[in-house]
Amino acid sequence: MNPDQMTPAPPTEPPNPPLTRSARQRNQITAMVGLVTVWVLLWGTLSWANVIFGLVVAAILLAVFPLPPVTFAGRIHPIGMLRFWRRFLSDLVVASVQVAWLALRPRHVPRSAIIAVPMRVNTDLNLTLTAEALTLVPGSLILEADRATGTLFVHVIGVNSRDEVEQFRRGVYDLEARIVEAIGSPDELRRVRTIGYPNPPADLEGEPT
Amino acid sequence: MTLDAVLDIVAAVCLISGALLSLAAGVALVRFPDLLTRMHAAAKPQVLGLLLVLVGCGVRLRTGVDITTLVLVGVFQLATAPVAAHMIGRAGYPHEEIRTDLLLTDELAAHLDRLAGERDEARA
Repeated sequence: MNPDQMTPAPPTEPPNPPLTRSARQRNQITAMVGLVTVWVLLWGTLSWANVIFGLVVAAILLAVFPLPPVTFAGRIHPIGMLRFWRRFLSDLVVASVQVAWLALRPRHVPRSAIIAVPMRVNTDLNLTLTAEALTLVPGSLILEADRATGTLFVHVIGVNSRDEVEQFRRGVYDLEARIVEAIGSPDELRRVRTIGYPNPPADLEGEPT
Repeated sequence: MTLDAVLDIVAAVCLISGALLSLAAGVALVRFPDLLTRMHAAAKPQVLGLLLVLVGCGVRLRTGVDITTLVLVGVFQLATAPVAAHMIGRAGYPHEEIRTDLLLTDELAAHLDRLAGERDEARA
């Protein structure tokens, strides 16, 4: 394993490069479509009046509360997306049953751990999506995200040994890989595939205090 | 059996299992040892429980207006539950409410120590 893999992933690009004009426009259009969809769903009927009024409300909202810039270099891969959602839903069921079982199991105090997982693709979007998905899949809860190094700090429940902790860390990387396969750019995909599982950063090894 | 009866049975199954999951989440809130483990209970069985109840309601009501509202509730629940869990976990982290004796490893403490060290150096 080469030394590059020992260090936490440096930002693959400046985390927030100034957006180009077309990227800004695309973000605005995405936000508009999202807001109008929510508006129409709230009213429950698709009519011209709803759509037009939704557009007005969306325009006012975006003017008053501008969204932070999001860099999105990738594109949507339908197959990766499907695979991600299928796995996500089954994980959600497994997670719920697992926590329910831990709760109802008599005389058992679950042990847990807090681990640092440096992401391989350090973009705001990837950090956010991975953190959101992580909280809903078995055993994990996001505690803190360090944007500078792209590191997620994850609370893991129901682990009993260091081996299980390392196994869990690999699970987090698998989840990140599924997200990148669903919406990543070719560059990010290559990065995820070549790095595989990075070693845990040595200076973050912490004994329980 | 008519289609309506089948749909009603599906709705009943969804509603009951959703309610049971929410009950389990409630039991977990009482029984788990510390704040962070409790947040697991709030984030997972509760979300799936709510989604199942929503599906059950949707199947039972079967009208467009109601279903769109239910879809919105589900989407916002999925989007906001992790954020809420994160904020509470982060706010409570360096605190005595967290049972460090039950932790196998704590890599966030090391990270926070290092950040504090860097701050001290910058000040010196």
